[in-house]
Amino acid sequence: MKKTVLFFAFGLLALSGFAQSAKYDAAMQAQIAKLATAHTDNSYPALANSFERIGDAEKTQWLPYYYAAYATVMGAFMEKDPSKVDAVADKAETLINKAESLAGSPNSELYVVKSMIATAHLQVDPQSRWQQYGQVSAENIAKAKQADPTNPRPVYLEAQSSFFTPEAFGGGKKVAKPIFEKALAMFPAFKPAGALYPTWGKEATEYFLSQCQ
Amino acid sequence: MIRLRLLLLLLVSLLSLHLGAQTRVSGILTNKAGKPVPGASIGMKGSYDGATSDSTGRYLFDTEEKGNQVLTVSCIGYQPFEKSIELSGSSLVLNISLRELASELKAVVVTAGSFEASDTKRTTVLNSIDVVTTASANADITAAIKTLPGTQQVGEKEGLFIRGGSGEEAKVFIDGTLVNNYFYSAVPNISQRGRFSPFLFKGTVFSSGGYSALYGQALSGALILETIDMPEQSQASLGVSSVGLSAGYQQLNKKKTFSWGGSYSYTNLLPYFALVKQRVDYFKVPAYQDADANFRWKTSKTGMLKFYGTFQANRLGLRSADIDSAALKDAFALKNHNIYGNLSWREKLNDDWRLFIGSSFSTNRDDINNEIQNQQNQPQHIAVLPWKVKAFNALSKGSLSQVKTVLERKFAGLTSIRFGAEYLYYHDDITYNDTLLRHNIINDHFKAAFAEADIYVTNNLAAKIGTRLEHSSLLNKANWVPRVSLAYRLGKLGQASLAYGIFYQKPEKTQLIIDPNLNYTRASHFIANFQKVTATRTLRLEAFYKKYEDLVKTYPTMNNNGYGYAKGVELFWRDKKTVKNVDYWISYSFLDTKRDYLNYPYALTPNFAATHTASLVVKRFITNWKTQINGSYSFATGRPYYGMRYDAGSAKYEMFDQGRTPSFNNLSISVNYLPTIGKKDSKTFVVWVLSVNNVLNQKQLYNYSYSYNGLIKQPVQPPANQFFFIGCFLSFGVDRTQDVINSNL
Repeated sequence: MKKTVLFFAFGLLALSGFAQSAKYDAAMQAQIAKLATAHTDNSYPALANSFERIGDAEKTQWLPYYYAAYATVMGAFMEKDPSKVDAVADKAETLINKAESLAGSPNSELYVVKSMIATAHLQVDPQSRWQQYGQVSAENIAKAKQADPTNPRPVYLEAQSSFFTPEAFGGGKKVAKPIFEKALAMFPAFKPAGALYPTWGKEATEYFLSQCQ
Repeated sequence: MIRLRLLLLLLVSLLSLHLGAQTRVSGILTNKAGKPVPGASIGMKGSYDGATSDSTGRYLFDTEEKGNQVLTVSCIGYQPFEKSIELSGSSLVLNISLRELASELKAVVVTAGSFEASDTKRTTVLNSIDVVTTASANADITAAIKTLPGTQQVGEKEGLFIRGGSGEEAKVFIDGTLVNNYFYSAVPNISQRGRFSPFLFKGTVFSSGGYSALYGQALSGALILETIDMPEQSQASLGVSSVGLSAGYQQLNKKKTFSWGGSYSYTNLLPYFALVKQRVDYFKVPAYQDADANFRWKTSKTGMLKFYGTFQANRLGLRSADIDSAALKDAFALKNHNIYGNLSWREKLNDDWRLFIGSSFSTNRDDINNEIQNQQNQPQHIAVLPWKVKAFNALSKGSLSQVKTVLERKFAGLTSIRFGAEYLYYHDDITYNDTLLRHNIINDHFKAAFAEADIYVTNNLAAKIGTRLEHSSLLNKANWVPRVSLAYRLGKLGQASLAYGIFYQKPEKTQLIIDPNLNYTRASHFIANFQKVTATRTLRLEAFYKKYEDLVKTYPTMNNNGYGYAKGVELFWRDKKTVKNVDYWISYSFLDTKRDYLNYPYALTPNFAATHTASLVVKRFITNWKTQINGSYSFATGRPYYGMRYDAGSAKYEMFDQGRTPSFNNLSISVNYLPTIGKKDSKTFVVWVLSVNNVLNQKQLYNYSYSYNGLIKQPVQPPANQFFFIGCFLSFGVDRTQDVINSNL
């Protein structure tokens, strides 16, 4: 009898733990799925809020804050009023720092978002901000590649930067195309460390590649 | 099997238990003004449940939580909000009003009188790149500042002539401390450049009035420069130009916590003067040797120790026709040595307190020799006036040592107080020998204490209230002044500011030698300002009134009976948006000023004050040519000039001639060509610079000088109408391509 009670008690405990982790996985998967179409209706800010709430509730997971930062900076890119961009990018930075402290050490995906945050700041006033943010963005792409050479996302960001760089400066579609192709080839081979780990970027790479023709 | 079913049942029942207890929470979020707040996150603390407010501020969500819970609301730009609520299954409607966060981005900034332009601040008016790409400036900071409103186009004398003030009334500060010899030593009728390269600085605050209580001893304005912290990378640089050579090296450690470097430049105008004819005859062609060294050390995460030091040696000699005799010439020779060192440390002591300690030392030696020569360039000794006082030797040695401490305490929001003290020791040793030898040593122990508070009443209303107490041992007098400014936000981007302050300045050392009993000179500033700033556009309108008291009069005796006023309106407009790839700004200043000082017989508009001054600066990058083209046009209406002569009968100077110079026009163009841009593997970065000052070769006439008897009048003009510059600057070991590309995205 005693044994049965004990077994039941342990079972319940395990079950509640399992339920919590199942709930986390389910909630994360649902939100991550929504990210794929967020650019159509700019639901990035709402998704960022959802991810942040998950992060706040979980307290120990870095991925919710990572996604919250990613969705926030994507929202910054879509913001039409340049005077609002800095505050949004600052918010993304707070979130990515939270993610980094929970992750324990910086990783390739964190560097990717950091590069994007710097680019968001840069685009507000490129002429007077390049000195400060251009370098931060480029540095983080380099660090992301170094931390994980199989990660296609920093390669995609690099290609995108070339895409928007005028031909006279060594950029342009011709230069960007092979880099996009390289990134695209890396996506199928890339193995995320877990089910909830980032996989985004393939569709955008395909889109830009189609623009390079 | 049964057990599994049981388990499933348990699971389902558990789940349904949760579902059965759902509570719907909804409402509207507004700000204090009643406007909806979209994009806010509303949720239950410790739970995933929540929503984001829509464009009308509405939110709605269902939560499985029950009992006593905490509702949290967070939104960019607003203070976080929390409230305990009871979840019982029946719907809750919660309309919440959010308080705006006092943030530097949203809050008003006290700006009356000053142009803040730093690379770190996100909204800038003019930064160091702007200085080097301003066509008329030739990479001289103050020359670029002259395209901002409030300044005069004075070309015969160095210094910033701000709002009816003379060049001596504007002071330059580097990392908090006063720079005593900011400009190269004065040469008669030729304005000199600043000694410091614009690349040394990350931030520039140009104040044309009403400046902070942290600074003093400038009646009209202050140029406050902040040196860069860490260089971006290690690099070596080399420059070759039509006027000289330069080389530099900068080393940054891997952790980016320590850097050191130095540079040397040699400027010699001999080849240039051989090609471009000068009005004056240089018997010693200007030659400058500048060497500098620096180190920067991140003493902790928030601490920074910086040193910058420079040694400069230069000489020149020029000969011009003597105005009092066609048979004679004046030969002026100058040898200058200058040492400047600045050491500063700043640290965040904790979340609330910050400490800044700055110190600097400078010593300057000017050895001047003025001779009367005949047509064969042989020295002549003529013992009658005016020539007997025209031949002289002057040896002026001056040093300034100073230390300054500022403590800052931050409070909730953006409110903060700053206070501190400074001590300056001036030592001047001047020997002057014309017909008789005079040797004077003057020392001044100058002390000041100051306090200033930034008070944010709301996000829309801010005040800066400061006070300053000064004492000079030389004058043996103290002064105490208030400085107050207010800023109020009008609508989204516009703001209005008011500023008031009293400013004291010691008389010049040359005046104190003659009469050590002189008192401080004094100016009161009243400024009203409106500005609207976005990331790509800036509009500023400013009106001011300035009252001068206790100015130094030199006749009939030295006294402090001088006075004056200046009033005016100024406009500044900068736009990077309207025309693609084009950045331009327009400045306009209207000035009405009169003063009675020095030898003036009565209150006059000083000869350095033009009524209308305007500048247009345009910059355009042409991507396909890898070239930036910069143009600037400055215009000023004619300035007054006066012929005055001492009349022994009235013991006063009498006016015998006066008029106005023709208006001043200057069109300058500069071209920067960057051939290595885009060469991905290039480790050398090359910039070619070509600039032409006064492209249209317009006649520039600054003033007139008169002969001793008043019968001959000679125009004061620049040594040459035009100035041409061509140079090539290389940096090695660093690929700066990315930077340049990004600047033109």
